[in-house]
Amino acid sequence: MKMLKIGLLLVFMVLAQSVSAETLQIDGSTTVGPIAEAFAEYFKSIYPDLEISVKKTGSGDGAKALGDGMCDIAAMSRFMKLNEFKKCADKGIMPVAHVVAMDGICIIVHPSNPVKALTTQQVQDIYLGKITNWSQVGGPNLAVVAVSRDTSSGTYETFHELVMKKKDIADKVEYVNANPQAHARVSGNRGAIAYVGLGFVDAKVKSLTIDGVVPSKRTIVSGVYPIARPLFLFTNGYPKLGSMVHRFVTFQLTEVGQELVEAKKFVPVTDY
Amino acid sequence: MDNSTVNLRVKSGAVQYRPLALTPGQDLTGYVLSKLGKAILFLMTCSSVFAVLLIFFFVIRESLIFFRDQGLWASVSTNAWYPKSEDPRYGMLALLAGSVYVTLAALAFSVPLGVMAAVFLSDLVSFKVRAVVKPVIEILAAIPSVAYGFFAVMVMAPWMQDHWHFSTGTNALNAAIILSIMALPTIISVAEDSVSSLGRELREASYALGATRFETLFKVVIPAAHSGIIAAIILGMMRAIGETMVVWMASGNASQIPSPWWDLSQSVRTMTATIAGEMGETEHGSIHYGALFAVGVYLLVITLGLNLISEFFLARAKKALGKA
Repeated sequence: MKMLKIGLLLVFMVLAQSVSAETLQIDGSTTVGPIAEAFAEYFKSIYPDLEISVKKTGSGDGAKALGDGMCDIAAMSRFMKLNEFKKCADKGIMPVAHVVAMDGICIIVHPSNPVKALTTQQVQDIYLGKITNWSQVGGPNLAVVAVSRDTSSGTYETFHELVMKKKDIADKVEYVNANPQAHARVSGNRGAIAYVGLGFVDAKVKSLTIDGVVPSKRTIVSGVYPIARPLFLFTNGYPKLGSMVHRFVTFQLTEVGQELVEAKKFVPVTDY
Repeated sequence: MDNSTVNLRVKSGAVQYRPLALTPGQDLTGYVLSKLGKAILFLMTCSSVFAVLLIFFFVIRESLIFFRDQGLWASVSTNAWYPKSEDPRYGMLALLAGSVYVTLAALAFSVPLGVMAAVFLSDLVSFKVRAVVKPVIEILAAIPSVAYGFFAVMVMAPWMQDHWHFSTGTNALNAAIILSIMALPTIISVAEDSVSSLGRELREASYALGATRFETLFKVVIPAAHSGIIAAIILGMMRAIGETMVVWMASGNASQIPSPWWDLSQSVRTMTATIAGEMGETEHGSIHYGALFAVGVYLLVITLGLNLISEFFLARAKKALGKA
């Protein structure tokens, strides 16, 4: 009887394996997560048999999962660190990076603010609390209200790294926990400054020229605009051409992929 | 007539006669079932107690990693909250101060308003008006806190910037005003219960001594109901200190202690907002994760303390009524 049960169980397991032969596990960054999810949703609609799961744990967790063979694709908002790479290599896994999109961050102010351009250093000084009045950067006599994203967001990470150079933000800086909220704070306060992804800039706020470069898709993708970073999908070796993994990590190069990336307010690497 | 009905019943089998003497088997089943039923009901009653104990257990357990690393007092004596820095620091003083600022300022608005409204509702207003007003006040408690937060950000904040020329509209004052509105229903309804349950005798005795209505209310009724009123205030305070969504949206979340200290137009960050804002993305088992739970432990200790105090005063209010 017991043997029969175990046998049945084995049969079921084999069956389950064969039914969901095509699975795709994606793990990693919460920043890249929305793109991966949008891709996954589209893939599900065209390949109904495909089992696809997207976990949003964090870039570090994604790298670890790839090394442990727990996922097929690791989503990362930064490049893999040497240590992570070594750990993967030790386990016989060779991480290969695919750029899925660019994350460009605009510094935004109220449209009535006459300040049009700042340098990265000036933005840093504002967030360090050294510049407290717009008159210090050629604007009106108006207190600067600096608004930051919450420290757990990917946008904050990028800003912290590329603008703050990992220095601590002043304690009087206010925090909001979403891009639309940052946008709302700036559009509703004449002295406010904040940073949001390029996709969130509209007529209600003004994005500043940084180090002489106007933020746009072109300047971000070409790397001229200083506050931008690539977002990655890592796979074990270059995936077999035509495999599901291959289709997934090159999907951003298609027209639909570009639209999905744009819908998630990131900057696509292609321009159809 | 009688006969036929009995026959009918027996035929249909609707009536079953139970013998007076039970067989030992039935006796045993009955005994076991009654004990079992009691036990199940007891367990159900205990589930909420268990829930509280479990919350304490897990919050304290998760915070241990932080306390082992940083000690019990080091974190509450400094105010640099930089959990994601190269050199992470977990000073909670500013967060503690933020919670205290917002809560006390909220009470400064809601206590006078709430107590006056309670006295008005119980002593001055006609029954018809009261029947309308009280439910409306209680609706305030039913509005989801996100709606209050939305109001704070979209209406209050720009208004404060335009009319009071605050540099930022999301500040301690904004959060305090919204919180005071949210605490009002609790304060009014508990205080009103205690004021109205005092009974006519006390008031009539006061009038008989020649006291005016004002004197009766302020020198007799409110002092006599003070235990219930204090309990109401503390319950309102707990509502304010535990509220998360509204303060996260309205207070601006700058982890600073305002300077000068009375300047409520500056942005502050509370303990609850910090937990809510940072918990989602924090790596499990990290010091930062433990630090957020440590903030939770301090919050639990504060609310538990407040709860005990309010229980004490509610019990005293009941006792006082029992004597009267």
